[in-house]
Amino acid sequence: MIEIRNLSFGYTRKSLLFKDLDLSLRRGHIYGLLGKNGAGKSTLLKNMIGLAYPQAGSCSFNGINVSGRPVAVLEEVYFLAEEVFVPSLTPEQFAASTAAFYPKFSNADFYQYLKALDVDATAAMDKQSFGQQKKAMIAFGLATNTSLLVMDEPTNGLDIPSKVQFRKLIASLLTEDRCIIISTHQVRDLDSLIDTLLILHDREIVVNHPIEEITEKITFGVFNDTTGMQVLYEEDGMRGKNAIIKNTSGKFSKMDLELFFNAVTTGRTTLIQILKAD
Amino acid sequence: MEFKDNEAIYLQIAAYVCDNILLEKWPPEQKIPSVRDLAVELEVNPNTVMRSYEFLQNQEVVYNKRGLGLFVSPDGYETVKKLRKENFLQQNLPELFKNMYMLDISAAEIQDRYEKFKAENYGLTPNKKEDEDK
Repeated sequence: MIEIRNLSFGYTRKSLLFKDLDLSLRRGHIYGLLGKNGAGKSTLLKNMIGLAYPQAGSCSFNGINVSGRPVAVLEEVYFLAEEVFVPSLTPEQFAASTAAFYPKFSNADFYQYLKALDVDATAAMDKQSFGQQKKAMIAFGLATNTSLLVMDEPTNGLDIPSKVQFRKLIASLLTEDRCIIISTHQVRDLDSLIDTLLILHDREIVVNHPIEEITEKITFGVFNDTTGMQVLYEEDGMRGKNAIIKNTSGKFSKMDLELFFNAVTTGRTTLIQILKAD
Repeated sequence: MEFKDNEAIYLQIAAYVCDNILLEKWPPEQKIPSVRDLAVELEVNPNTVMRSYEFLQNQEVVYNKRGLGLFVSPDGYETVKKLRKENFLQQNLPELFKNMYMLDISAAEIQDRYEKFKAENYGLTPNKKEDEDK
């Protein structure tokens, strides 16, 4: 659905955020995009949907180059920014003025999502707290029923019950035709929702693998003592060493996203090689 | 649902389904929740639930009625029980034995405590089950 080829982008010509970056994203998946502060997660998302223009390379959606912002792309894409901007309108009025840009928008879905997220459809959005504003825009974005949904830190500012509702809504919305991309630092909020992990590091996508495939190749575990084991990465934890080892048992462990992220971003090349090997 | 850290999520979901079968909440020939419904209930990716269901189909715990969804197999209860028993004997029991050995606990002491446990939790008086079998 999304094809990014040889993408180079920088806000200044001297320092590039991405260089020759390649990425393909398919329908039917929820991608989790991780990267350190300043790695360029939000910028990558903006390039993907035509909000930023690459210096070199291209981003296409269903084979159409996005940088021309054609209607065929815009009506099938919803982007939820990390800092939402809301006009001085109620959610009801906002939908009445803006939903027309999305042919598959459903008013019934919109009200259902507002209710699930505990947002008043008749209260002016700009008078609400940040969390309420964000939830109103999440409800709107989900109700657009676009085939691509891009969300930058969607759970920031959400209270505990809203995070639960958010996970339930996303779980109910993933279909074979839809692609959902979520960038986040709050891995614990979303680790059971993501099926494919993307890690942006050092101007490149260093990981683009289904979690199932990662846990087939490497095992996450807590060990009293890792002496003599072939440890790919380890950290001291409360109950012993939290370690990543090569999966030789054929069993699947639960992926520790934080540990994996630390391993990848501290340059564990053997780990990356194991993942890339077939 | 709170997931444990030491096992893949798809296996924990499969275990959740098996628990419901063992507890007879989902008796044989009953339809189990759709992929989407269970994904929403457990707040997980539907692809993960799909994988759990494929796993359970391979184990013949559930089966697919074309166009109707997944149902608990006629002998689903026995199958789950057998799988759980195997798992217990291979994984949990050696762990228990290791602790018994290290802490010097005799099998007789365990037996005694096991009988009391059954009486307290399931209302079975010691040896009642064996009487029934006769």
